[in-house]
Amino acid sequence: MITIQDLTRISDHEWEIPKTFRSDMRVPVRLFATRELLEQIMGDKSLEQAVNAATLPGLVGHVVVMPDMHQGYGFPIGGVAATKFPQGVVSPGGIGYDINCGVRLLASSIEAEAAAPEMNTLANLLNKYCPSGVGVEGVVHVNVPELERVMREGARWARKNGFANETDLAHTEEGGCIEGANAAKVSDRAKARGREQIGSVGAGNHFVEVDVVEAIFDLETARAFGLYAGCLVAQIHCGSRGLGHQVCTDYVQEFQGAVRRYGIVLPDRELVCAPMDSPEGQAYLGAMRAAANFAFANRQILAHSIRRAFEETFAGKEKGWHLSQVYDICHNMGKLEIHEVDGERIKVCVHRKGATRAFGPGSPSLPPEYQQTGQPVLVPGSMGTASWVLAGTEESMLRSFGSSCHGAGRTMSRAKAKHDVRGEDLRRGLEERGIHIRAGSMSGLAEEAPQAYKDVDAVVETVTAVGIARKVARLRPLAVIKG
Amino acid sequence: MPYEEVQHTADWCLRVWAADLPSLFVEAARGMNALSGARQTPGLLTRRTFESAAPDPESLLVSFLSELVYAAEQEHLVFDNFKVEVDGQKVKIEMGGTPLASVDKTIKAVTYHNLHIRRTERGLEAEIVFDV
Repeated sequence: MITIQDLTRISDHEWEIPKTFRSDMRVPVRLFATRELLEQIMGDKSLEQAVNAATLPGLVGHVVVMPDMHQGYGFPIGGVAATKFPQGVVSPGGIGYDINCGVRLLASSIEAEAAAPEMNTLANLLNKYCPSGVGVEGVVHVNVPELERVMREGARWARKNGFANETDLAHTEEGGCIEGANAAKVSDRAKARGREQIGSVGAGNHFVEVDVVEAIFDLETARAFGLYAGCLVAQIHCGSRGLGHQVCTDYVQEFQGAVRRYGIVLPDRELVCAPMDSPEGQAYLGAMRAAANFAFANRQILAHSIRRAFEETFAGKEKGWHLSQVYDICHNMGKLEIHEVDGERIKVCVHRKGATRAFGPGSPSLPPEYQQTGQPVLVPGSMGTASWVLAGTEESMLRSFGSSCHGAGRTMSRAKAKHDVRGEDLRRGLEERGIHIRAGSMSGLAEEAPQAYKDVDAVVETVTAVGIARKVARLRPLAVIKG
Repeated sequence: MPYEEVQHTADWCLRVWAADLPSLFVEAARGMNALSGARQTPGLLTRRTFESAAPDPESLLVSFLSELVYAAEQEHLVFDNFKVEVDGQKVKIEMGGTPLASVDKTIKAVTYHNLHIRRTERGLEAEIVFDV
């Protein structure tokens, strides 16, 4: 049990659990949160999970946790941990089951006021073209050899097949294709689960959403991102579907033996890991990258479907109905990156589990148009509140392995949300506020009720106060499509 | 019912208990079906045998439940009838099930998070966290 007395206060927005807190910790835990958010965080077991994550072999710097932190399994959601390449470990549980779960933002210059009469039609078309929900298949079915191409090429596969343009790829993390994917290390079961799911949203907290740009905080950066006050944008939140879940399932199982072979002792079996330079570590990295590429392709096909819905709704009625891609980010990933640790630039595997890469200006990973601004950081909130577009900073490179928050973060259990909220009442309430809701399951909707989440504005205030991201724009939801 | 839902912020957690290990496997499967709200289509009984080997019972349990997750998502089958034999580090389960009519919510994966099968006054007990 961790109490507030176990934390060292660094500033109003920063706390540390020192390495001395528990004998098996290899690095301290650094938490970005206000006192109020910290008290919410202490309502579940997420800090214990962060301490557990701090025991992984090969860690450098700190385990960093974001203000949207909450309890997950193994790692906390909102956790960032970097292990030194190549002897440090890679932990599938530190990346998560939904490998390369992420967010994509598309922007238009359609004025929301003018579009209001069409929003019902748009919501219906998005619901039709973006399959969501339990056991729902995607819009693209492929055979196994083609699936293996998807896993090698990611969003580039979508480009070759007419589902993407060059700007989409340039405005996607890693250009939509992570090198080093190895489809041969992905099991037949994982392939079977993924083969018919490309272009689908899935269930849980995944969604397609239309928002209005409600406020701009940095006009120049917003323009660079293609965001205009009062105009419509579309967000996609989803990942690698059953394929990624099966890859993680397979390797968490496989690594139960690996930790014994490499003499690694861990406080939680979900944290199992293997050295990156071991055969097991190499196999997982290849499979994980293949699943990540599948997720890039999945979001790209969904972007194509959203464009189709916008075209059918607005073409000939509204100017500027074309959707340009602002960015596509990953928030469940393990990436080899160069970071400065203790004054030395070293290659590390950055595990981001519910945390967004937030590279600052000048990063060679960013396209020329974002060199001055830093990377767009996409922070979806709950369906009844707001989402944020932030920009990465140089500070994030120094303090959080180039990472920031990924959302509002849950504060209420799914069981309590289901108990306290009636899905139908929630839907009606949101509709009365002008938010069009299309949901496959009312109990699923209840679990995702806005009151189950933290205040996304407080989360954003924290990361901007710390300096690991800066505000660009605030988005307000107008239509939400959920499984 | 020898299982109950436990509060978990992000996902689902099931506490399950039974007199012995084979019964614990059966109740965990039934609890997982109940949690997801799986509904069956009458008739068309499917039978199959699941076999697995692992150094510890927790791994056997995760393998078994993961098999059911796969069957539900990929084959649209829900199993509710089990004959379980555990022999040291091996498990053999005769399973009977029917086509899945619908579920309220998909369980996407079975985790090892804090999974310990332990002896309590209720027999054997475990808490299983599912990714949803």
